[in-house]
Amino acid sequence: MTRTRVALGIWVALVIAFLLFPIVLIIVYAFNEATVQSWPISGFSTKWFSRAWDNQEIRDALGLSLKAALLSTGVASLLGAAAAFAVHRFRFFGREVISFIVILPIALPGIITGMALNSFFTAGGIDLSLWTIVIGHATFCIVIVYNNAIARLRRTQTSLLEASMDLGADGWQSFRYVTLPVVSTAVVAGGLLAFALSFDEVIVTYFTAGAQNTLPLWILGAIRHGGETLPQVNVAVLVVVLLTLIPVAISVRLARDTGVLRRS
Amino acid sequence: MALFISAFWTLDPFTGKIVHSWTFDNFTQIFESSTYRAIAFRTVAIAAAVTLTCAVVALPFAYFMARLASPRLRTLLFVAVLVPLWVSYLARVYSWKLILAQDGVLNWTLGKLALPDVGVAYSTWAMWIVFSYVWLPFMILPVYAAMERIPDSYLEASGDLGARGFRTMRSVVLPLVLPGLVAGSIFTFSLTLGDFITPQLVGGGKQFIGNVVYGNVGVAGNVPFAAAYATIPLVVMAIYLTIARRLGAFEAL
Repeated sequence: MTRTRVALGIWVALVIAFLLFPIVLIIVYAFNEATVQSWPISGFSTKWFSRAWDNQEIRDALGLSLKAALLSTGVASLLGAAAAFAVHRFRFFGREVISFIVILPIALPGIITGMALNSFFTAGGIDLSLWTIVIGHATFCIVIVYNNAIARLRRTQTSLLEASMDLGADGWQSFRYVTLPVVSTAVVAGGLLAFALSFDEVIVTYFTAGAQNTLPLWILGAIRHGGETLPQVNVAVLVVVLLTLIPVAISVRLARDTGVLRRS
Repeated sequence: MALFISAFWTLDPFTGKIVHSWTFDNFTQIFESSTYRAIAFRTVAIAAAVTLTCAVVALPFAYFMARLASPRLRTLLFVAVLVPLWVSYLARVYSWKLILAQDGVLNWTLGKLALPDVGVAYSTWAMWIVFSYVWLPFMILPVYAAMERIPDSYLEASGDLGARGFRTMRSVVLPLVLPGLVAGSIFTFSLTLGDFITPQLVGGGKQFIGNVVYGNVGVAGNVPFAAAYATIPLVVMAIYLTIARRLGAFEAL
């Protein structure tokens, strides 16, 4: 039995190395001094950070990515939370359909979602713009917020609401002072995850962005072209990694803390 | 919400419309062209290989995580699995491009070990490795969840009945984690099936269904053909999901 245990331990260590090594490598390459992407790197340098920052294309792409991610997170937080409240609180016609439709974009490959949206915009004569990206991203961002909010709502005991009602609060007051504080951290946590997802999304973005470049689209293009922009790609990739990991880390903290409720 | 729903509904009438007004032309073109058949076959085959690889890698890992690791180690392992999941997909593929490159880490390491270079960059092998890497967390998590739910008493009972480790694994653990495995495989399979970024970056010109769709929407502007071709992964996924449902994977999601 101990032999199996050791073998399993080694296996786990190998898998962890396999999982984390490429991420460490990205960080190392961002500080690579050389223009050529070879291993081992020739020396440490931060010069590519300032080069990347001075690159107008990268700046524009970063700006568009941030705008799209913030807007779609906002839209998704409102709609996702609203859908979660509705599905949780009321029994209405089509309730099951909503909970199914909200989940659908997760199961569908991005290319299908992207094409559906693309043909929808083309057929409707809508020009691809920042807003089409936002709509595209909102489709999967809503799911994240919805899932987080509904999970929190389901964990909340109904006795809290009943207590509030017993103390004479009307529906709005109960919502404002009981439900909202309970759910708010879950919605924020979901929103942060949605931001991270939106910020590094490529596939749906490609189909809804047209000629515009978000940061991931710029990276994709630059990798394919190769050549001298590659050191700047390393930096841009690191930026994307940080801008997705940081919100996720905060989100995990928030989700663990259950707001005003402690789970017994 | 209305937009969101209609965005999804447009696809079905849309492909439906193609079938009516284009009279299966796109579909016959797909079935008669050996190139398109080969691409579809390659996509499905690699998706299956990736799913299998992820399952084999994830099973012992999830077992260790759920059954042997201390709570603290388990949290650490969780983080180690979740971090790659949240690191930008593009970044991870790019990193593998650097690793597998001719003068990358892999060949450098092989050189140090006095082994010959491998030219796996830009090949089917590269796609297999990269896909297995990027979707592995999606397999580990549901398998872990299923593994954790097995009551200790089942394993003890199996031991009491005289089953050795391997026998317990095969006859008790495996059937019980099957729903988790199938749930994970839905992700690994469907995500590989719909991808076009990895083939583009490391596939060395070996196309996936997604690349053809991408090309037809972007460059050629032949959206009806792209839609027709995109129905292949859709149909494959539909069949797969039906089987998965039979195996009880939806409860494990």
